[in-house]
Amino acid sequence: MSQAQNRQALTDFNLKELRTNIERRQLISGAFAILGLIIILVATFILLGLIFQMMTQGIPRLTPQFFLSFPSRNPEEAGILSAWVGSALVMLVTAIAAIPLGVASGIYLEEYARKGWLADLIEINVTNLAGVPSIVYGLLALGLFVGKLNLGQSVLSAGLTLALLILPVVIVTTREALRAIPNILREAAYALGASKWQMISDHILPYSVGSILTGIIIGLSRAIGETAPVITIGALTFIAFLPDSPFKGDFPFISFEWLKAPFTVMPIQMFNWVSRPEPEFEINAAAAGTVLIFMTLSMNAIAIYLRYYFRKGIKW
Amino acid sequence: MFSKNSPNPRTDAFSPKLSRVVREGAIAIVLFLAAFSSVATTFAILEILVQESVGFFQKVPLVEFFTATEWTPLFAEPRYGILPLLSGTLVTSVIALVVAIPLGTIAAIYLSEFATPRLKEIVKPCLELLAAIPTVIYGYFALLFVTPVLQKIYPDLPGFNMLSAGLVMGLMIMPLISSISEDAMRSVPLELREGSAATGATRLQTALRVVFPAALSGVTASYILGTSRAVGETMIVAIAAGLQPNLTWNPTQEAATITAYIVQVSLGDLPYGSLEYKTIFVAGLTLVLLTLVLNIIGHFLAKRYREIY
Repeated sequence: MSQAQNRQALTDFNLKELRTNIERRQLISGAFAILGLIIILVATFILLGLIFQMMTQGIPRLTPQFFLSFPSRNPEEAGILSAWVGSALVMLVTAIAAIPLGVASGIYLEEYARKGWLADLIEINVTNLAGVPSIVYGLLALGLFVGKLNLGQSVLSAGLTLALLILPVVIVTTREALRAIPNILREAAYALGASKWQMISDHILPYSVGSILTGIIIGLSRAIGETAPVITIGALTFIAFLPDSPFKGDFPFISFEWLKAPFTVMPIQMFNWVSRPEPEFEINAAAAGTVLIFMTLSMNAIAIYLRYYFRKGIKW
Repeated sequence: MFSKNSPNPRTDAFSPKLSRVVREGAIAIVLFLAAFSSVATTFAILEILVQESVGFFQKVPLVEFFTATEWTPLFAEPRYGILPLLSGTLVTSVIALVVAIPLGTIAAIYLSEFATPRLKEIVKPCLELLAAIPTVIYGYFALLFVTPVLQKIYPDLPGFNMLSAGLVMGLMIMPLISSISEDAMRSVPLELREGSAATGATRLQTALRVVFPAALSGVTASYILGTSRAVGETMIVAIAAGLQPNLTWNPTQEAATITAYIVQVSLGDLPYGSLEYKTIFVAGLTLVLLTLVLNIIGHFLAKRYREIY
């Protein structure tokens, strides 16, 4: 086609039609953008509205007495003492078990593992574990910790179960944290004669501790809200006593009896109140939910803040 | 010159001490054991589930398990058909996904292709926070807020129903899907978008015909993750959909899911090793196999539709 012919074809083409076509397409595109924004806003507002409604129901119930009373048949007298103490103790066991195990696994996978089928196996396995429904961990704990190892329906069993549950989270964030450290740091440490472990413990870990901490907090916040696996172990819904105190007046001053104590946790207490037919317990459930949501959201907010803080602080 | 017999003092001084070699090796072994513990966990899960299920299937024939239409292990005349639990699980999951997949995808496209960086910086952490709300609280919402609202629209709706549980579950899964899909779309190289824009495509056309297909494997992964979350979700359905096994496809009915059944049994006090005790492990095995199949399908879908750029 010659240039003249080309120009002719262009003028023949209806410019007006072209313009309306472009306008229409831009309009659709803009409409889609608005739709996207609306969906995000509506979904967020529905959830915020639900949370707000729960809080307005629950907050009047949040008296000191509510935190210091045991559950009771009488909704006005019932409290969450055994629940929050139980949650705190279970979280303690979970943290003690999950942090060393998860961080060590992360370090191995990122710094030690050579490419090969074994590393692949562990890696695929961690990904798959992250997708296993949480209630299945409860069945594992019921069969293994309660059934075979005879740890009982105790704080220890629950803590270990939740530790296994959050292990993939801790492993994955540890790996990401380590991966973000540039290799020059490793090479510099080696150049000064550091061994592998010295390089990791003196240089790599201090730099990544912020990101690792973020992952641990997110993992623990997930564990504190988990209900299903703890129910499966056989946590009781009605506990009117506290586990043994870990501190004793006489030698050796600490005791581990509390590990074997039966227990309840916050989400189970809330579940119990939700499933009661009496509407008075709904208010208790709302109050417990408010406390629970405050716990998880503040943990997550700390984690998000830490991540931004450490990201800003470190410049390579 | 050093003789061959006398040790070289220079290399000796620089070669690591034995204690250091031993310590390094020990640390490597400890770290490996820690990493391997996750594999051990998987095997322990499978071992426990299969072992208890084998005990169950010695008493209950497979044919009954797959074809019987009633699941009443706690009755005087027990029936062991998994179908009612499966139907409950499927109906609630499908409702959740019908809500979560389209909305989550549109939200992800919006966040990745249209939103300003500032808006994204606000929305992303919010999505993470929403994903962190304990599911027992979502269950509370479904039973006490959403069901009453639905009952105003549809007065015959029973207090426990799969519809409200499914809807709330969809709301819970949506942030998960949009967050992962957005990550996948954001990692599509900018040149593809520029090339598309240069040919005269609008943002939406670029998003739907260039970015979305290029990110499809990541997007599929998010759908699969959302689906396994829905299938394995426990507290929402246990609270809002009821604990009554019921073979029905009608979402306005009450029906127990696989997970809700496990909760129901766990709340009671079952003797260790009894047939009823074994049923929850069978239910758990079914659940694990279901999610496993989903993951395998997802893996192949992602492979099939992967666009390499």
